[in-house]
Amino acid sequence: MKQLRVITEKCTSCVQCELACAFVQTGTFQPSRSVIRVHIFDEQAVYAPYTCFQCDEAWCLTACPVNAIGIDSDTNAKVVMDDVCVGCAVCTVACPYGTMFYNPDTHKAFKCDLCGGDPACVKSCPTGALEYVDMDQPDWLASWADKVNRGFQHMQDEEGGNA
Amino acid sequence: MSATNTMHGWTGTVLRVNLTTGAITKEPLNAEWARDYVGGRGLGVKYLSEEMDPSVDPLSPENKMIFATGPLTGTNASCGSRYMVVTKGALTNAITTSNSGGFWGPEMKFAGYDMIILEGKAAQPSYLWIYDDRVELREATHLWGKTVWQTEEALRAELGVPDTIIASIGPAGENLVRFACIMNDLHRAAGRSGVGAVMGSKNLKAIALRGTGGVSLADPQAYLEGQWAMKEKLRQSPVTAEGLPMYGTEVLVNVINEHGALPTRNHQQTVFDEAENISGETLTETRLVANKACFSCTIACGRVSTLPGEASSKYSVTTNPQNWKIAGEGPEYEAAWAMGSECGVGDLDALIKANWLCNDLGMDSISFGASVAAAMELFEKGVVSQDETGIPLEFGSAEALVAMAEKTAYRQGFGDAVAEGSKRMTETLGRPEFFMGVRGQEFAAYEARAIQGMGLGYATSNRGACHLKAYTVAAEILGLPRQMDPRATEEKAEITKIFQDATSTVDATGLCQFLTFGVGLEEMLPQLSAATGVPYTLEELVHIGERIWNLERLWNERAGFTGKDDTLPKRILEEPIPSGPAKGEVNRLGEMLPEYYELRGWDKDGKISEAKKKELGLE
Repeated sequence: MKQLRVITEKCTSCVQCELACAFVQTGTFQPSRSVIRVHIFDEQAVYAPYTCFQCDEAWCLTACPVNAIGIDSDTNAKVVMDDVCVGCAVCTVACPYGTMFYNPDTHKAFKCDLCGGDPACVKSCPTGALEYVDMDQPDWLASWADKVNRGFQHMQDEEGGNA
Repeated sequence: MSATNTMHGWTGTVLRVNLTTGAITKEPLNAEWARDYVGGRGLGVKYLSEEMDPSVDPLSPENKMIFATGPLTGTNASCGSRYMVVTKGALTNAITTSNSGGFWGPEMKFAGYDMIILEGKAAQPSYLWIYDDRVELREATHLWGKTVWQTEEALRAELGVPDTIIASIGPAGENLVRFACIMNDLHRAAGRSGVGAVMGSKNLKAIALRGTGGVSLADPQAYLEGQWAMKEKLRQSPVTAEGLPMYGTEVLVNVINEHGALPTRNHQQTVFDEAENISGETLTETRLVANKACFSCTIACGRVSTLPGEASSKYSVTTNPQNWKIAGEGPEYEAAWAMGSECGVGDLDALIKANWLCNDLGMDSISFGASVAAAMELFEKGVVSQDETGIPLEFGSAEALVAMAEKTAYRQGFGDAVAEGSKRMTETLGRPEFFMGVRGQEFAAYEARAIQGMGLGYATSNRGACHLKAYTVAAEILGLPRQMDPRATEEKAEITKIFQDATSTVDATGLCQFLTFGVGLEEMLPQLSAATGVPYTLEELVHIGERIWNLERLWNERAGFTGKDDTLPKRILEEPIPSGPAKGEVNRLGEMLPEYYELRGWDKDGKISEAKKKELGLE
């Protein structure tokens, strides 16, 4: 099964992925509606795109009181069904990764649905920091965490060294 | 809602803040002007021309400041990140248009505004907080005195809204350093002509933004096709696909030095024997941490640089960009030149340190470096002694350079003289011939005696000497779009006019000028038309650029400038380059200027003719 993979080392923080994602959803360039977010850690010079990695446990899905979140059998994406969603936003609290969102205009939850198997963010990335490839595990999370960890470690070392 | 909501590309709304009265108003964008001037530099210059008396003191409440985006700012067009600060320059007394990238301009669009117009002067230190349609002028007494990086940290914590984007001034702007800049996203600068001093004179410390809206398109399908085509071209250009991402703008140090065109020791030489030490190659090998892109940029030329603890702490300055544990940014090529070869300093670590200080203290690193270089020549020639300067201001002294960054921003000791810019400083000390610049603004990093067209571009630049108004280096050195002989004066009037007009248009779209290394107006046109719904033609875009250029010139005429100001320092016109590949050259401005005036449709004194005004709709 293909999965979205993030290679943080290649990210330059240009946010083309956010713009592509927002455009697919709204037809405008409105990054606040993007479900992929580039986290810019300026102090560590780390830029990390982050989105739903379609986890197997899917707490958003189990938490939903009206069963508005289903699984796309082609992509394994967890998908919000707008006509069922009542906008209670319980899923946004349930998700431990912070990748469920709530749209105050439509009163619906929204999340990454992998664009039905052809993710716009991947196509928009100019540096190849996003890939949609066959993987057993979403292993990019490990490298993502490692890079961010190293940044904090470096920062602490510097603090210790300067003190 | 109002009819303005039918606009695409543009948001259709202008935010006006009177700092004296505290009045905050939102008005519809003038659609006719938007069509004729597009946005950014164009619209900003138009509004300033219509609203303000150009003869006022730039640091008086009567000066206005306009922060202007373009219709492509905030879109996914490659490098659609730019905003322009348009005001009367504190350094130059001329109209200035200072451009910056990062994320601030797009955020202004997402908050719902094409432009912010600031008037008057706040009674106390203040900042502006804009969260979509909520706009508040707040007290900033607790922020006054903080550096740029401290301000961003404190303000973000105070506001508590994630993803808030901030533009602010540092101590240099507060202290009215004539070349203070406005910084956003920590490292991006609306750099030149002293726009930060103008903001400081208005008691405005910062503008914090958070916008959750979007930028809409008139014809999404045509727009998407246009942006893909342009991005594809950028991927194929050696400059935008390889040179800039690999080495940043610093790639130019060795290139320009090899042409004997890297001004050195206040333009006394044009070859720097330590150029390799401060080059993009060395920076990349030894001090680069990462590339950082501005919003929507597929080039990512930004240099995130680092200094090991011992390299950072060896200078005797008390300001240490303290919340920056690993990395800062820069230097860029122009800064590396000004603080490097122009000061004779070949120590890259010193340039990184001084560059960070300029960013954190909010000073233009070009004018700062060039002003220190002029001070160093005053010191070398015995015009000022160590009794006056406090420290040995010797060419090549890394310690002096770094120390002066702090002294200048805080106007301590001799820093108070440097803070006036090199024109005022050299005049005050009786040696105006050591000022290397035009209209009060210091040159950029290209020797006008070795690159003839740049001399004409500098001399006629409306905002004072500037490399960003007609980058003929592209043709004269890099061979883009075609190779021209840098030593020749033939065709330079024509290419300068073409570059000035085209650049004015690019600056009006909200796109970044670096695109022009890979693409031209014809690639930008489909996106601009599809985003706005205005069926622009290529001829119109060129015409718009010419209109903007002439309107700036008219503004300067009203401010008291004449054709007599279209000139270069005596050293550039009369003293031959002493050594190197361009040995023996002077700038032959006199061969180019009359032809340039004629091509422009101006009279022999450089005054815009009535016929030209009529043609451009500037009557």
